[in-house]
Amino acid sequence: MTDPATDPAAKLECRSVWKVFGPGADAFLARAPNLEAEALSAAGYIGALRDVTLSVAEGEIFVIMGLSGSGKSTLVRCMSRLIEPSAGEILFNGENLLAADPARMIQIRRHQMGMVFQHFALLPHMTVLANVAFPLEVQGVARAARDARALKMIELVGLAGRENYFPRELSGGQQQRVGIARSLAAEPELWFLDEPFSALDPLIRREMQDEFIRLQASLEKTIVFITHDFDEAIRLADRVAIMKDGAVVQTGTPEELVTRPADGYVAEFTKAVTRAKVVSVASIMLPLSDGASCAGDVPHATRVADAAPMFGAGDMLRVTGSDGTPVGLLRRSDVAQMMMQG
Amino acid sequence: MAASDTILPRRAPLTNQQLLWAFALAAFAVLWLAGKPYMAWAFKLPRSMQIPLRRWIGDFMKWLVEEASFGLFTFTEFTRFLADVIDFPYRIALSLLSTGFLEGQGSNAVQIVPPLPWIAVIGLIALMGQYAGGWRLAALVAACFGFIVAFGQWENAMITLASIVIAVPLGVIGGLLLGIAGHRWRIVALVLKPILDLMQTVPVFAYLVPILFLFGFGPTAAVVATIIYALPPMTRVSMLALAGVPSEVRDLGNMVGCSRRQMTWRVMVPSAMPGLMVGVNQVIMLSLNMVIIASMIGAGGLGFEVLSALRRLDIGAGVEAGLAIVALAVALDRLSQAYARKVRLHADQEQRGPVQRHPYTVSAVALVAVTGLAGLVVGWVQSFPEAWELTTGAFWSDVVRWINVNFFDQIEAFKNLLLLNVLIPFKRFLLGLPWIGVTGLIALAGWSLGGWRLAALTGTLAALIALTGQWPKAMVTVYLCGISVVLACLIGIPIAILTAERGRLWKGVEIVIDTLQTLPSFVYLMPAVMLFRVGDFTAIIAVVAYAVAPAIRYTAHGIRQVDPQLVEAGAAAGCTEWQLLTKIKLKLALPEIMLGLNQTIMLALSMLVITALVGTRDLGQEVYIALTKADTGRGLVAGLSVAFIAIIADRLISAGADRMRTRLGLQR
Repeated sequence: MTDPATDPAAKLECRSVWKVFGPGADAFLARAPNLEAEALSAAGYIGALRDVTLSVAEGEIFVIMGLSGSGKSTLVRCMSRLIEPSAGEILFNGENLLAADPARMIQIRRHQMGMVFQHFALLPHMTVLANVAFPLEVQGVARAARDARALKMIELVGLAGRENYFPRELSGGQQQRVGIARSLAAEPELWFLDEPFSALDPLIRREMQDEFIRLQASLEKTIVFITHDFDEAIRLADRVAIMKDGAVVQTGTPEELVTRPADGYVAEFTKAVTRAKVVSVASIMLPLSDGASCAGDVPHATRVADAAPMFGAGDMLRVTGSDGTPVGLLRRSDVAQMMMQG
Repeated sequence: MAASDTILPRRAPLTNQQLLWAFALAAFAVLWLAGKPYMAWAFKLPRSMQIPLRRWIGDFMKWLVEEASFGLFTFTEFTRFLADVIDFPYRIALSLLSTGFLEGQGSNAVQIVPPLPWIAVIGLIALMGQYAGGWRLAALVAACFGFIVAFGQWENAMITLASIVIAVPLGVIGGLLLGIAGHRWRIVALVLKPILDLMQTVPVFAYLVPILFLFGFGPTAAVVATIIYALPPMTRVSMLALAGVPSEVRDLGNMVGCSRRQMTWRVMVPSAMPGLMVGVNQVIMLSLNMVIIASMIGAGGLGFEVLSALRRLDIGAGVEAGLAIVALAVALDRLSQAYARKVRLHADQEQRGPVQRHPYTVSAVALVAVTGLAGLVVGWVQSFPEAWELTTGAFWSDVVRWINVNFFDQIEAFKNLLLLNVLIPFKRFLLGLPWIGVTGLIALAGWSLGGWRLAALTGTLAALIALTGQWPKAMVTVYLCGISVVLACLIGIPIAILTAERGRLWKGVEIVIDTLQTLPSFVYLMPAVMLFRVGDFTAIIAVVAYAVAPAIRYTAHGIRQVDPQLVEAGAAAGCTEWQLLTKIKLKLALPEIMLGLNQTIMLALSMLVITALVGTRDLGQEVYIALTKADTGRGLVAGLSVAFIAIIADRLISAGADRMRTRLGLQR
């Protein structure tokens, strides 16, 4: 692809993707493109996805957040072509997936994509080991090799010793660990997680989120993560896309969403967020000035809440850019004020 | 009144539908009471106006058997080939269980290898019980088989078992494949649905006749009939179970890049396994039921024993064979249910030799080897000595004689009272109705419950019954079925109301009706004949006993599923127990009760055909006569009429239940 609009770093791109449900929906859409949700539903169709355009960069955690019925599950299934989009393009490594034939699609899914499901989707008749090895078995990998690989994955998610258990013998959190191990068994480049922690208890959810952060630190996959939980989104995301009624309302870093919500809908979500935990020091720093006495250095991407303890007895911190050069000054009173806002 | 008009709902004016009904009923009454002299054909269809469907089917059958050809081979050769394919494994099963492997023909045959000794069979079945459900189940199934051997029914039971051992795998695989096809291609499902409906409602005797033609008289034909009979439920269950696999699991299969075959056999079928096992249980129970009935076309075994006892009216012999069937049914049912419920748990890795890894296989092989060798030396190990056999035949005959001597007058008086005051007048009434009027009313009922399509369906089916000349016999069927269903409901619904909410009592009732439903229909004839000899009354008793279970089960289920909050709301509003029952529970349970009624009708119709053996004069008798005369056309036309009655009742009641459920705001 030599399309100038293609972002060279993009792993996965959606361009004007539509999905409309209803009898004869695709033909209807071809006749009357770019309709509003109301116009679609007036014609008896359901616009599950409306003109979705976004791009996921290599190695980034891209979270798609929306309430139930917002189309986020449909979107992730269109990205992997589990659901056929009505219109648009899905580019994966620059290749249009919608043009791929079934055999090519099987190859891509076998070797380049992995997916974790909300309700785990473990096969009940197989042991943990067989479940994790299943993607490799489907590919025709020899028994010894796939079992060795599966054991490594089971160890990675902390389930060593349980490989001969059946799924129903495990707790929900453990079952999802199996699901995660399975999705990683074939070493995918692109990792889909469809509300992976929504079916778990709040305490376990928190623990699994930490586990996920730990895993990603060593794996550095490109990740598309679906959730309906805004706190989870800003906790995990490099970037977040917020969906409503099948359309993307805003895409940005958690900080951008909190500081510059695109509309009232996004603002409603961000209202309860503790700003100091999201906003980076770069957003509230002052320009460099000579003669300030600084208690130390702080990288510009540090969250305000994390910078607070570094002041010690001093009044000022020097903010450094990515290359270590000073780019600004952080005043104690500004930090204190933001922390007090909650 | 003017002031209260705003508060009380006004009495609705008569709707168009009500007016139409009033008009239709009036027209019907006029036709019925005064129409006979002017429109005799509306009461009794002259032969010239009938569709000669019977002859057509007969001719078609003749053509199929004598002339039809696929080019390379004829249709008859094809069916003979199928018969051989089934016959080969059946012979092996039969040799293993019953006859032993023989050399030579007929009476010159020499046994080379004896069959499995009875101890080995009981041991194997107990091992299976232990594997599937622990020691208690092992004891139960061993006791069931022990009962069979102790009462001298072993030979017959093993013949029956051999048919089942062959029919069940074929039925399960066939049904599963059809179910997978129906799941994968919508068009297959659309074609299958009406065929399955018809196959499940046509009485079994009706398709015994063509099978007799195509496959000849004998165990092979019986196995074919059994497979055909057990196939539809397995197909249905397979489609349901596959559709019930969570969509995420399907997505998983696609995401790991499964091919179509991997998707079906590695993902979908194993995930649907719990549902499929329910189907397997059904196939086993239906096969048993059918193998018993198929004794009429040469299946032999326990069914033949009951059948010949019925023909001789030898109660003693029949009862023991009947009880052996019950024992076999209970053992097979509990065993297959335990397999379906069995939960696999992880095994420890440290496995040593083959003995520890396969304890059941090893013990089974050891058991067969030891008893087999011992059987060669010690006679009683090989076959149960006749001297040890118990018999209660004389006892049962005595019991019946005693009852007849002491209670003959009372039973006879009761029977005659019912016959003279209820049965015969009702029968006369039904037979006197003009068929065209009844057909019109049925169509109207279809229209008001489910619109034009239902009206067209029910009207056409009713008209077809009349036009093929089956109307009078069909009315006798409706009369027998109607009375039986009313009685079953009068017995079943109160039992359900009294026990549904009493936990332990209900458990007991549930065990009883579960057992009743596992028994092959044939068994029900025995006690009824014992007490009331032959006739309509006996038939009704047997039908009621067979069909009462769903009336109890669905009513109880309906009552128990009523939202407890609504009952509490009623109690909080000061309802008495009686008001709670009538105003809340029964009202909300009504759709469920109607489904139970529907099932009761279906079971009653299927049992009615079997009661032809005790001398009814309805469509069932027509089918039975056709079977004995090998008249395919006669059997199928009568059989289809029974199916039509079943379909009309089913569609009308289902439509009514749906409407009621929508009105109550209940979702299923």
